[in-house]
Order: sequence, then C-alpha cells, then structure tokens
Amino acid sequence: MKLSATTLTASLLVSVIAILLAIPMMLQWERPPMDSTQLGFRGLGMEQITNPRLAEKLKAANPLPTPDDPVPDDGVLVKNDHENYKNVQVLGDLDTAQFNRLMGAITVWVAPQDGDNASCAYCHNIENMASDEKYTKVVARRMLQMTRAINTQHKSHVAETGVTCYTCHRGQPVPANVWSTNPGPKQAGGFAASRDGQNVAGQSVPAYASLPYDPFTTLLKPDARIRVVATTALPEGTGADVKATEKTYALMMHMSSALGVNCTFCHNTRQFASWQQSRPQRVTAWHGIQMVRDIDTNYLGSLTDVFPANRKGPEGDVYKVNCATCHHGVNKPLYGFSMAKSYPELSVPNP
Amino acid sequence: MAMLSFERKYRVRGGTLIGGDLFDFWVGPFYVGFFGVLTAFFASIGTALIVYGAAIGKTWNLWQINIAPPDLSYGLALAPLKQGGLWQIITICAVGSFVSWALREVEICRKLGIGLHVPVAFSFAIFAYVTLEVIRPFLLGAWGHGFPYGIISHLDWVSNVGYQYLHFHYNPAHMIAITLFFTTVLALAMHGGLVLSATNPPKGEAVKTAEHENSFFRDHIGYSIGTLGIHRLGLFLALGAVFFSAVCIVISGPFWTRGWPEWWNWWLDLPIWS
Repeated sequence: MKLSATTLTASLLVSVIAILLAIPMMLQWERPPMDSTQLGFRGLGMEQITNPRLAEKLKAANPLPTPDDPVPDDGVLVKNDHENYKNVQVLGDLDTAQFNRLMGAITVWVAPQDGDNASCAYCHNIENMASDEKYTKVVARRMLQMTRAINTQHKSHVAETGVTCYTCHRGQPVPANVWSTNPGPKQAGGFAASRDGQNVAGQSVPAYASLPYDPFTTLLKPDARIRVVATTALPEGTGADVKATEKTYALMMHMSSALGVNCTFCHNTRQFASWQQSRPQRVTAWHGIQMVRDIDTNYLGSLTDVFPANRKGPEGDVYKVNCATCHHGVNKPLYGFSMAKSYPELSVPNP
Repeated sequence: MAMLSFERKYRVRGGTLIGGDLFDFWVGPFYVGFFGVLTAFFASIGTALIVYGAAIGKTWNLWQINIAPPDLSYGLALAPLKQGGLWQIITICAVGSFVSWALREVEICRKLGIGLHVPVAFSFAIFAYVTLEVIRPFLLGAWGHGFPYGIISHLDWVSNVGYQYLHFHYNPAHMIAITLFFTTVLALAMHGGLVLSATNPPKGEAVKTAEHENSFFRDHIGYSIGTLGIHRLGLFLALGAVFFSAVCIVISGPFWTRGWPEWWNWWLDLPIWS
C-alpha cells in the first residue's frame, strides 16, 4: 500500500501527540515496595496501602512545631493587674507570665511573617493593646473560646491530644484548608443550569472525582442527614435519591483525602451503614462531624459581621473548617503530637 | 459415553510433553496423560482442603464458607494451617491444577496436530488468577493481600479493595477491561445472531451460507470481518479483557496507592495549561 503525503503527515502528527500525552501519564506511577496496614479480619481487604516515599513528603509538609519552654509564674493574675491589662475577656484567669507566653506563641502560630513587632500588630493597635479596633483581635478572642471549647467539649474527637491555633493555622493568618459556599462556574440557563455541583475538574473537588464540589454547605449544616445507605437487604420505602447519595460520597471522599486514608479506614464496605462492622475510627469521625458543625455554626458563623468582605467567600459567608483544616492529609493531625499539653490554659472551660 | 465411530483413528500415541507413553491413554472419553494425573492430584487435594477448611470453620452455609489468607504480618512466609496456611496450600493446588489442565490441553493439541490457541487462551485466565493471588501479593510483600476462598467473602474482598482506591471505576485499566468484556459480549451476540439467521431461513427456503452472512454486514455497515476473522476478533477481545483485568488489579497498590480519580490529574497537570 502506498501512503500519500497527507496520510503520512497525519499519522506522524497523531503519533507525536500520543507520545506527548503518554509521557505525563506514565511519569506519575508509583512503584513497590509499599507499606501496608491491616485494618480488619485477614482476607477481608480492609487495608491501608501507603507509599513510603510519599509518606516522607507528607511528613515534610507537616513539620512538628517546638513548644516554647515553660516560664515561671509572676504570681499576678491578668484580671488583677488593671494597670497593664485591660479588656482581657477570655484569658483573665491566667498568670501574666503565662499570658505573655501564650501571646508570643499565638503570633508565631498565626501571624509570624512581619517580624516581631509587626506580628503583634496583626491583631493589636500597638499604641493601645486593649483596643478592639482591629477585627482580627475580635476574631482571635472568639477563636480562643473555640479552642477551649474544642479541648473541653469535643474530647470525643480530639481526645487528650487537643488542639492549639497551630493545628489549623500553621503559621498563616488564614488556614490553608478552609471552605465557603462554592457557587461553581457560571452556568447557562434552562436545562443546563442544574449541574448540581458536579463534573468540574480541579483541586477543590473532593478526591478529584466528578462528585459535587461543595458537599459542605448542605451536609455540614447542624441537622443535615448524611446517611444514605439502606440498612435492609431489600429496599423498604423511599431511600435517599441519587443527588443526596452523590453529595454524601463527595463528603466521604473529602474525609478520605483530608485524612490520607481510604474508605476502609472506618467502614467495612460490605455494609457502610453497620456500626457493628465498622472500625472504632468511624465513631471518632462521627464526633468530628459534630465538632465541625459546632465550629462552623457557633464560632466561625458568629463572626459573619466581624470579618471584612475580603475574608469571606464569594457568597458572603465566612471561611469555615472541614476535616482538612486540622488534618492536612494525616489521620492524626501532626501525627498525634500534642501541642496543647504545653499550653494547658487552652484546655480549660471558658469563663 | 461411548466413543464416536470416527474418533478411534485420532486416538494415536505420541504428542506428550512429559511421561512418554506411560500416561498416554484414555479413560472413557477423557485423555489422561501425565498432566491429567497431575490435575486430578492437585484438584482432589485442593478440594479436600477446602472441605477441611469448611469443617473447621464457623459454618456449613455454602454462601458463607470462608478460607482466608494469612494476616499481613506473616509477609511472604508460611502461616500456621488454621491462620491462613490452608489458603496457601490451596492456592498452590489451584495453580498446580490450572497449569496442569492447560498443559493437558497442549498435549491434546499436539496429538491432533492443531494450533495451541485454546491452551494459550486458558493461560490468560490462569494469568489473571495468578496475578491476583501470587504476583500482586508478592509485589506488596504479603500473601494476605490475596482474596479469600468463599462465595460471599471474596465479594467482600472485591468491595473493600475497590474502596481502597475510593472509586475503582476511575482505574484506567479497569475501564479498558470493562469495555473489552462488553465488546466481547456484543461480538458474540452479533456472531451468534448472524449464524442462526443464515441457518434458519423462512420455511421452504434453502439454508444460507457465509456469502449471505458477509453480504449482510457489507450492506449493513460496509464491512464484513469474515468467517475466520470474527473468531480472531472474538479471541482478541476476550483475551484483551482478561489481560487488562489482570493489569487493573496489579497496578492497584504496587503502582498506585491513592484514589483512582486522582490518577487522571495527569491531564489537569499537562504543561499546556497547568
């Protein structure tokens, strides 16, 4: 068969494009040896297979902070030193030495960028430290209340490890992983309008699937029902519809990637709904969802009028937390390292 | 089952791979050969061990009998009989009997002087099994990664292993395998339909031949693959389906540990727009 010049050029072009596409496709593969952890009875397929090379990278991205050395008490409580401390609404019961140690720590955890003096200025008017004129100070006060609430009222999720500002902030004023209601790309009208948050590619989509990119707005509402899996072998009554199911799977995939685990870390997928067949981690995760709802509604939600517009999402709601905010791809944030132990004042009930 | 009258002349000595003339005989309609003996040996031991495993297990319920591989902590070592050792021996018996069966097919092909297409095709099925139970566990470093022997239990394994990668339908090799399985069914249905249509003309008309079959598809889609070609295509589709099934599971774990949807980020990460 004689090939014409056009056919030859066309087939060459196709080959070149195919090779150019194949290169990035092939470069991303991983290789053995892998690490594996058994999560259920032998042969059940409940396993966590991890790539030790990727685990190293994750570890490097989650550096463990060094807590400040303890300091001796001054013997004076903040609330009794009216000369130097005014308008201290949350931390008044602290010894002044502990108060100053904590303030120093918070600047390092939340706003370290601008050098020593300037970091205090991220929240404070340096001329009048007591002033609430900067919104950041009002937010910080609420966040201190939130931290204490997490460490005292949500022990079923954070256990004795607890959290500090650093767990989420990691040296940034706005934590890297936050969410706000995502309206998605602008849609055409008519039938094309009901995308239902699906089939958008990109970082913001849970686990990069074609599932809804914003399962949070609906499912992290305090009384939303997440469960969709039938608990009976045969259908009884009307179960959850496809849209609700896809939202739930999107939330679950978000939890998976936020914790760096697969579905079998909590569930025996032969029956997702069954608590008897699930791992105890599912209970911890359930309490985590309640905690996130509490934080988003009662703490961050209460600051809606405090945050300026540039600190809110496109729909005007404040940035809120989800699993990734604390976890950063690790099933125990900071690999279970307890910062809160070195700052016991963050683990007492609010006054 | 009696031997057909014309069959006797094919029952000749020779063509064996191992054992010379020793096992070169038939039992009723069945050719035996060295590999027939080996198949019977492995299959009966393996089956007996499965029954033993069921006997020391929790139930005789046919659906729920479960003979599971060892814990991952045993790695690639041998495990105690009741903690997965049974699974290991049964796996050896299974591979032994499957391979013997394929080699028995080879011997029959050699006797008849025909190609080795059937044993080659069967080898793909064996390859898929060996990939699941030997190659992938070996690459991951523990026999415990194999699937358990049990009707429901192996389905639970499939479900959980799928969810280890969040959404297994995004596995590119799984996509190819599914496509080939469906295409195999499509090709078989069209082939079966075509042959039956040619051999079942309206009452009173003569049975039609391959030329009618060819004409049908030429009129229909402009091309007929032909009487031999359709069988080449069928074999190619079926073996491709099995091959990519083996690929889709061996890449899950040893060559990819994250969710399968994330694999497709190579497209988003193309230097053209990223």
